[in-house]
Amino acid sequence: MYDTNYHRASSIDEAVNIMAAAAEGKYLSGGMTLIPTMKQRLAAPSDLVDLRHIAEMKGIAVDGRSVRIGAASTHEEVATSAALAAVCPAICRLAAHIGDPHVRHMGTIGGSIANNDPAADYPAAMLALDAVIVTDRREISAGDFFTGLFETALEDGEIITAVRFEAPARAAYQKFPNPASRYAMTGVFVVRRDDGGVRVAVTGAGSDGVFRHPGLEAALAANWSPDAVANVMVDATDLLSDLHASAAYRANLVKVMTKRAVAAA
Amino acid sequence: MAKITMTVNGRQVSGLCDDRTLLVHFIRENLGLTGTHVGCDTTQCGACVVDMDGQSVKSCSILAVQAAGSSITTIEGLSANGELHPVQAAFKAHHGLQCGFCTPGMVMTAVDMIRRHGSNLDEATVRAELEGNICRCTGYHNIVQAILAAAAEMGGARHAAE
Ligand SMILES: Cc1cc2nc3c(=O)[nH]c(=O)nc-3n(C[C@H](O)[C@H](O)[C@H](O)COP(=O)(O)OP(=O)(O)OC[C@H]3O[C@@H](n4cnc5c(N)ncnc54)[C@H](O)[C@@H]3O)c2cc1C
Ligand code: FES
Ligand code: FES
Repeated sequence: MYDTNYHRASSIDEAVNIMAAAAEGKYLSGGMTLIPTMKQRLAAPSDLVDLRHIAEMKGIAVDGRSVRIGAASTHEEVATSAALAAVCPAICRLAAHIGDPHVRHMGTIGGSIANNDPAADYPAAMLALDAVIVTDRREISAGDFFTGLFETALEDGEIITAVRFEAPARAAYQKFPNPASRYAMTGVFVVRRDDGGVRVAVTGAGSDGVFRHPGLEAALAANWSPDAVANVMVDATDLLSDLHASAAYRANLVKVMTKRAVAAA
Repeated sequence: MAKITMTVNGRQVSGLCDDRTLLVHFIRENLGLTGTHVGCDTTQCGACVVDMDGQSVKSCSILAVQAAGSSITTIEGLSANGELHPVQAAFKAHHGLQCGFCTPGMVMTAVDMIRRHGSNLDEATVRAELEGNICRCTGYHNIVQAILAAAAEMGGARHAAE
C-alpha cells in the first residue's frame, strides 16, 4: 500500500472540509472495497477521511412505510433490523447475503452504492425500489445516480448520507452468486407497488452496470406470476461476457432469477 | 506516523505506526501477538479474523489507525486461567485442525457465530457463515462438527446458569 494520511471526521461538515483541503482524498467507510484496492496498489489516495464515527450517518428509521437508512449502516445492521424486516424483508435478505460475516460487520450501504460495482447487490435494490440517494448537498433518484461501471452522479467531495424509499407491497431479490467471490453473477430485484406498477432491476449482468428491464416489467405488470417471464426476450447484446459466464448464459440467468424473485416476493 | 491507543485482550496498548499500517501487522509486529495470521492478499481467507468492539472483522483489511480507540480480542485473549475456551477445546476434541494455519481465524469466527446464534446454530448456517474462512487441509467437516459441539455446550452452559 502506498503512503496515505488518515483523518477521522466526527460530523459531515468536518468530513467535507477535510476532503476539500486534501490533494487526492477519498472517503473511507467500511473499507471493504477501498482497503483491498489500496493493498493491491490500484488506488493511492493522499488522504483518507473516515466516516465511521459520524453519528448523523447512522441508524435505520421506519415510519409507516417510509424507510430511511443512514449511509454508514453496515450490511449486518440492515440484515438484522427488525423494523426494516417488518416492511421490506427483501432488503434485509439481500444484505444478509453480501460477502461473509466479517465483511458484513464493516461494509456499509453508502460505500457499496458509492462504489457501484457492476456485480454489487445494493444498486439493484436502490433502482428497483426507486430509492432517493441523499447526499450532503442534494437528493438524487436512483435512476439518475448509477451512471455506469463504477460511475455515479456524485461530485467531487460529495458524501452519501442516507438512502430513502417507500416500502412496496411486494419485493424480492434473487442472486446467482459467483461460487468463489459470492458477488452476483446475475442478481434481480423485483418490486410490485400497491397500484400494480412493477420495477425489475438487474445487477451483475450489464456491461454498463445495473439496469432496469422494460420487457420484464411490462410482462409482470400485466401478469404478476413467474410464468409471465417465459415469453420475454432478454437481449444478450449489452451483457457482460467473462470467464465466469457468457452473455447468453447471463441473459438466461436474468430470466431465471426474475422468475425466482417473483415466486419469492 | 500516528500514535495510537487501543485495548487488546483487556490490556491498554499504545504504539507508533504509519497511517497505512494494517491492523494485522500492528497486532503481529508491534504487539508481538503472532497468533493472528495472514493467509491472502484479497480479503478472502479469514486467517486474520479478530474481534473488534464485539464483532468479527478481517484485520488484514482494516488500518490500525481505524481501530484506534477500539477494543480488540485476538486468539491469545480467548482462554482464561490456562483453560482452553470451549471453542478451542471443541476444535481439539473434534480434530478441527490439521496444519493449524487457518485455525485462529476459524476459532474467532466460530466464537462470533455462537455469539449471534447461540445454541440455535445448525449445520447449514455454520457452513454458510464459513464463507469468509478458507481451510486448505480439513475439508471443513470437522470444523463444522467442532463449532456445532461448542455451540451446544455453550448454549447448555448458558441454560444451566439461568
Ligand atoms: C470478500 C468480500 C466479498 C464481498 N462480497 C460482496 C457481495 O457479495 N456483494 C456486494 O454487493 N459486495 C460485496 N463486497 C463489497 C462490500 O459490500 C463492500 O462493503 C462495499 O462494496 C463497500 O462498502 P464499504 O463501506 O466497505 O466502502 P469503502 O470500501 O470504505 O468505500 C468504497 C468506495 O466508496 C466511497 N465511499 C464510501 N462511503 C461513502 C459515502 N458515504 N459517500 C460517498 N462516497 C463513499 C469510498 O471513497 C470508496 O471509493 C465484498 C467485499 C469483500 C472484501
Ligand atoms: S489475511 Fe485477511 S482475509 Fe486473508
Ligand atoms: S488446518 Fe490447515 S489450513 Fe486449515
